[in-house]
Amino acid sequence: MTAQANEVPEDLLYSSEHEWLRQEGDLARVGITAFAQDRLGDVVYVELPAPGTAVGFMAKLGEIESVKVASELFSPLTGEVVEVNAALEKEPELVNTDPYGAGWLLVVRLSDRSELEKLLTPAAYTTQIEREAGL
Amino acid sequence: MSRAYVPMTPEDRATMLATIGVASADALFADIPAAARGSNLDGLPPPLSEIELVAQMEALAAANTAGGRKATFRGGGAYERFIPAVVDEIIRRGEFLTAYTPYQAEASQGTLQAAFEFQSLIAALYGCEAANAGLYDGASALAEACLMACRLTRRDRLAVADSLNPRYLAVIKTYTEPLGIGLDVMAAAPALTEEHAAFVIQSPDYYGRITLASEETATAAHAAGALLVVSADPMSLGLLRPPGELGADIVVGEGQSLGLPLSFGGPYVGLFATRMEHVRQMPGRVVGQTVDAAGRRAFVLTLQAREQHIRRERASSNICTSEQLVALAVTVYLSCLGAGGLRHLARLIYDRAHYAAAAIDALPGWELAYPEAPFFCEFVVRCPRPVAAVNERLREQGIVGGLDVSAAGEPRLLLCVTETNTRAEIDCLVAALALIGEQRRSAAPAGKQR
Amino acid sequence: MTGALPPLLSELSRPGRVGCDLPASDVPSAALAAGLERGELALPELSQLEVVRHFTNLSQLNYSIDTTFFPLGSCTMKYNPRVNEHVARLPGLGDLHPLADDADRQGALRLMHELQRYLATIAGFDAVGLAPAAGAQGELTGLLMTRAYHASRGEGEQRRRVVTPDSAHGTNPATAAMAGYTLTEVPSDGDGDVDVEQLASRLGPDVAAFMLTMPNTLGLFERRIEEIVRLVHGCGALLYLDGANMNALLGQTSPGALGFDLMHFNLHKTFSTPHGGGGPGAGPVAVVAALAEFLPGPVVAETAGGALTLVEPPRSIGALSGFHGNFGVMLRAYAFIRALGGEGLAEVSEAAVINANYLLARLRGAYDVPFPRYCMHEALLSGRGQRRHDVRTLDIAKRLLDYGYYAPTIYFPLVVEEAMLIEPTESETKEAIDAFCEAMLAIAREAEATPELLREAPQATPVSRLDEATAARRPILGWQAGG
Repeated sequence: MTAQANEVPEDLLYSSEHEWLRQEGDLARVGITAFAQDRLGDVVYVELPAPGTAVGFMAKLGEIESVKVASELFSPLTGEVVEVNAALEKEPELVNTDPYGAGWLLVVRLSDRSELEKLLTPAAYTTQIEREAGL
Repeated sequence: MSRAYVPMTPEDRATMLATIGVASADALFADIPAAARGSNLDGLPPPLSEIELVAQMEALAAANTAGGRKATFRGGGAYERFIPAVVDEIIRRGEFLTAYTPYQAEASQGTLQAAFEFQSLIAALYGCEAANAGLYDGASALAEACLMACRLTRRDRLAVADSLNPRYLAVIKTYTEPLGIGLDVMAAAPALTEEHAAFVIQSPDYYGRITLASEETATAAHAAGALLVVSADPMSLGLLRPPGELGADIVVGEGQSLGLPLSFGGPYVGLFATRMEHVRQMPGRVVGQTVDAAGRRAFVLTLQAREQHIRRERASSNICTSEQLVALAVTVYLSCLGAGGLRHLARLIYDRAHYAAAAIDALPGWELAYPEAPFFCEFVVRCPRPVAAVNERLREQGIVGGLDVSAAGEPRLLLCVTETNTRAEIDCLVAALALIGEQRRSAAPAGKQR
Repeated sequence: MTGALPPLLSELSRPGRVGCDLPASDVPSAALAAGLERGELALPELSQLEVVRHFTNLSQLNYSIDTTFFPLGSCTMKYNPRVNEHVARLPGLGDLHPLADDADRQGALRLMHELQRYLATIAGFDAVGLAPAAGAQGELTGLLMTRAYHASRGEGEQRRRVVTPDSAHGTNPATAAMAGYTLTEVPSDGDGDVDVEQLASRLGPDVAAFMLTMPNTLGLFERRIEEIVRLVHGCGALLYLDGANMNALLGQTSPGALGFDLMHFNLHKTFSTPHGGGGPGAGPVAVVAALAEFLPGPVVAETAGGALTLVEPPRSIGALSGFHGNFGVMLRAYAFIRALGGEGLAEVSEAAVINANYLLARLRGAYDVPFPRYCMHEALLSGRGQRRHDVRTLDIAKRLLDYGYYAPTIYFPLVVEEAMLIEPTESETKEAIDAFCEAMLAIAREAEATPELLREAPQATPVSRLDEATAARRPILGWQAGG
């Protein structure tokens, strides 16, 4: 079972590299979109930075591997990693089955709220994936 | 007439060119610039029939007079071994010999299961959790282990024991230099710092000495946040405690010891084993167990996202072979011997090597260079004459002597004993060395001082 | 979890069995310090017949050249002559110690010396190093020599980039990284050639080498090669040939004549040494005179007295393996070259190119041909036309297994959608190629009429499609880990 590739929840912000971000007070939860997991295929491994690591806006965050592809992950914000989704170690397929829920990647402490304005709205991201799917 | 390897007849050729729609084959090569077009092979010899080819190869073989006709005591990383007939019978089967890398798993289960069994055997032998399907050879496997240690620790300096096979050290240099990785060549008890990715040792070392004897080496490396990388002769592990059990993080070795012909230095196979937690940084092919659509056990190349065909410039290595046929020979060899056979063989080698060493050490003019060091099948002796002269005299007796490891102006000979050396052969060697020692004493009376 | 496959060795094992009788000890037992001795040794124990039967049964699960047409593009799966297996085992060759004294190894050195010369002739270059153990190690060697060359001219620091086409083998970028270079990719143009204008914009004084496969990985001869040579040399970079596809060029032209500076061969492709299920191979490098001093050691050289010996080139990039490379592979390649001679090798490339174009002509109506021009030794097709039946190239490949054929190389080159790369080599008869084409045409019809046959394929193989995702998510890599 995988998520619908065109699902773009209204309450999230998006990066052009197909990460989503959910603001939770001073923190932000980050994952990859349903569209991204569909493009990757069966996710088999996710490599993420340890809690305490500083990450930069659109800088390399980690890697995600499917059977046939290895892709880089980019951070949609600047900040410090607070928590990593430990469940993905045993069940990386959660990224496929529930990308906006149990398949989240990590939680980062927000340091620059102005960055959020640089991210895409659900409508803008929907436009982007429709364009990419049409290619 | 067509050729045995090129079956196209003139009739085939005419029909095929007509189907393609060209008048001559030249049209198919029309994209080659005119200035560069044309045969450049006039300098090659004319074709040989099969009967002529065999004669030519036999003539070349006959010019290699060392092969199989003398007692040999030469090792240094490649060892004359007895190989059960079963091994060659299996690897000559066309279904193994002429298959390709098992990308289409459903049509390659034979190769895949054999590779899975190989990984299992090597992991068990080295006392490690996981092994890959094979690398080029022992030297490049050690170099790859060094690169992996740097990736795992995110450090770019290595502490390397000075008793490594010098050729292995040279290969490490070739692989690490372009990446700016520093090498500190040091003695057995290293001064590791937090800059070092790994302490890299060989056991038994180039001089035959067992250097990894307890957990202390690993503990010291880990205390500095470094890994312990060990190159170990797999045959010795039929008798000795394996590096994995002694805390090594990556264990590599030369597979030639396990059923491979000497073949003038290759092809051999690099053995590579590590901890399960590190497998995603491991170089080389890896086979995993899974199930098919009907739920039946089956095998498949896995963790492929590490590899060059997917990760390209971010791959863990550029390697795309597992020396599969050679790894298969190792698998068949170990299956033939089993635990009991390997233990027996390793013990036999150990006992014969110690018998030889004790007899030579007792000769006037000869003595062990490292009398206190435990060893497996190789040992260094101090010689009463230059090594070249010693080997020349041995050669006259039909014996291939050891390697020259002279140091500090002192002639030293690295000798090796394997299961192919019977007690009678060893006695011949000892008698010949005794004679050389006596000749030396009569020439210049300065016998062994003890 | 029983199934179609034989049991594992560990499951067959019974304590106390042995597959080879070993000699009893003829010397006294020596002491061994207690702390050194091994405890557990978990190797399986089987009788000799069980060993033979196990591996014979395993072998029969494989497809191989000896059993079927193996159309794997870019891999040159040609016939592996049996006489080569025979001569490789002659006493004096198979059992020769790598560190034998020179006087005892003149035959082996003669073979290597002649092979160096043959490969230099075929390449149109001046010098050859036989040390690399595989094509990928040959590539690494080539780029390390490139580094050494630029460093010797005081440009080592300046030249940090290697450029490859986007259609390159994955080893090219992986090797560039191992050699300490950063990578720049160049796109192909609409005709399957390197986009020369794009290449020009990516070259500069910081480029060390352009790595090009020729014919390229699309099976096409780069028509603008002369411009490429001019541009690459114009910026002071070297032009590297990935020699994977040399089977198309033997005796028709040479890398040297085309303007390349260095290359590696794949002896296991062009010169028929057996692939063995994934090695061993060998990847000798050939170079122009200016690079000879950087060759990896050892190379065979003639001494003043006419005898042969192994030497390290003066400014060698160093050692690549424990000894001199894969001699057993060199030996088989040598035998292949001697059997065919210069005239036979030229027939090889011509037959390989005719076979590929014939196959392309026969399949053109049923499958998309991304680049409608004559190919060299391999034919590139695309399964994108079959997507309208909800069939992917993977399904076509798996269905071929049901027809008793191995599959072509699929999804490579990456730049072509639903790619299928088919290389018949010179070894196959017209009848064999016709039979394969009939199977491909039948599958194209099935894709329209009964696409589920493709999607559910293979059914005739020992196992059906595998769960690759679970294998990678929770790896089981050996018996210990839960086998």
